[in-house]
Amino acid sequence: MIDSASDHERVRQFVTSNFYVPDGAKLDDTTPLIEAGILDSTGVLELVTFIESTFGIQVGDEELVPANFGSIQALCTFIGRKRG
Amino acid sequence: MFTKQSIRFAPGDLPAVVERIERAVREAVRGTLRRRGVVVGLSGGIDSSLVAALAVRALGRDHVLGLYMNEVESSPETVRIAREVGDQLGIATIDEPVSQLLSAAGCYARRDEAIRSVVPRYGAGWRCKIVLPSLVAAERLRVFSVVVRSPDGEMISARMPPEVYLQVVAATNFKQRTRKMLEYYHADRLGYAVAGTPNLLEYDQGFFVKNGDGAADIKPIAHLYKTQVYQLAEWLDLPETVRARPPTTDTYSLPQSQEEFYFSVPYDTLDACLYARDHGVPIAHAAEALGLAPDQVERVYRDIDAKRSAARYLHAAPITLVP
Repeated sequence: MIDSASDHERVRQFVTSNFYVPDGAKLDDTTPLIEAGILDSTGVLELVTFIESTFGIQVGDEELVPANFGSIQALCTFIGRKRG
Repeated sequence: MFTKQSIRFAPGDLPAVVERIERAVREAVRGTLRRRGVVVGLSGGIDSSLVAALAVRALGRDHVLGLYMNEVESSPETVRIAREVGDQLGIATIDEPVSQLLSAAGCYARRDEAIRSVVPRYGAGWRCKIVLPSLVAAERLRVFSVVVRSPDGEMISARMPPEVYLQVVAATNFKQRTRKMLEYYHADRLGYAVAGTPNLLEYDQGFFVKNGDGAADIKPIAHLYKTQVYQLAEWLDLPETVRARPPTTDTYSLPQSQEEFYFSVPYDTLDACLYARDHGVPIAHAAEALGLAPDQVERVYRDIDAKRSAARYLHAAPITLVP
């Protein structure tokens, strides 16, 4: 069974513990991760690896778009959709 | 009103532009740094050719040393065109091939080990490069892929996990750092300064290796857009072969443009967008002047900001702490 609250927490935890977030309290689900300078190109690669290994999904090249990776909310929606 | 031409110097201004650079180079090298001349690594590219030409005008040809530092994966054109520039300028030059130093450091072996982890068949006789998706063509995240070509021409592309990408880049960075080591050997030997060759696009956007080609005592063209570099090179009558050569990294064994390796857009488009971004040109105006859609310009503006942010680490001097 998909536990979306737990998924959300795992994504958030990964982002805050692996990337520099100036003020974690201000990181909300819609904060733009790339524009805010939280994710760089290496960070995107790390996030893809984390998502693939943690949630057992494969991310296609065409899915590497801001609509899927631009915020924590976008990531959770994307993961939920991929897991059906 | 911003147009594609805004970035270019007015032709009548070129003598004064060049004279100002010459004076600044002279004052920096002889005055501030108290060095007798400069060392320039000649790559056969437009930037190092222009830096050497400006140094000759500023200091005299007897005070400029050019180094040819090819390696086994350099394009065959690299040394040929670099020699053409050295010959035209009449400067002293030295061949310093770097393949043996790179092999000893494990540059090729470490890189190839990383590539084999995603393409197990990759081995002797194969060639490689890493590429980014185009920013103009579609809204894609900048995620590097490795592209390899087998000895019989089969092309394979694979996305790299972060540790693979970082090892490929770290190993490849030996190339720029090894060359810089040799530039400083000769600079120390002669009492010269080392001239770096980034243009404004490369300097601003972090297209250099920290303590590699990013290291230098003076960077005479770091304030010039790439378009202006070409303009000065033409005015100074540098060889046509240099001016006609597309910008290349000449770092990987497969031909690789700067566009696919780092900038994700053609240099002239990025040059114009950088100029427009820094001169407060609204997206709609820039798009119209450059023949792009507003969302394309917006993506490039965003990427400029992201690269500038990533470049802070590259520009940062060592941080000393006050306990």
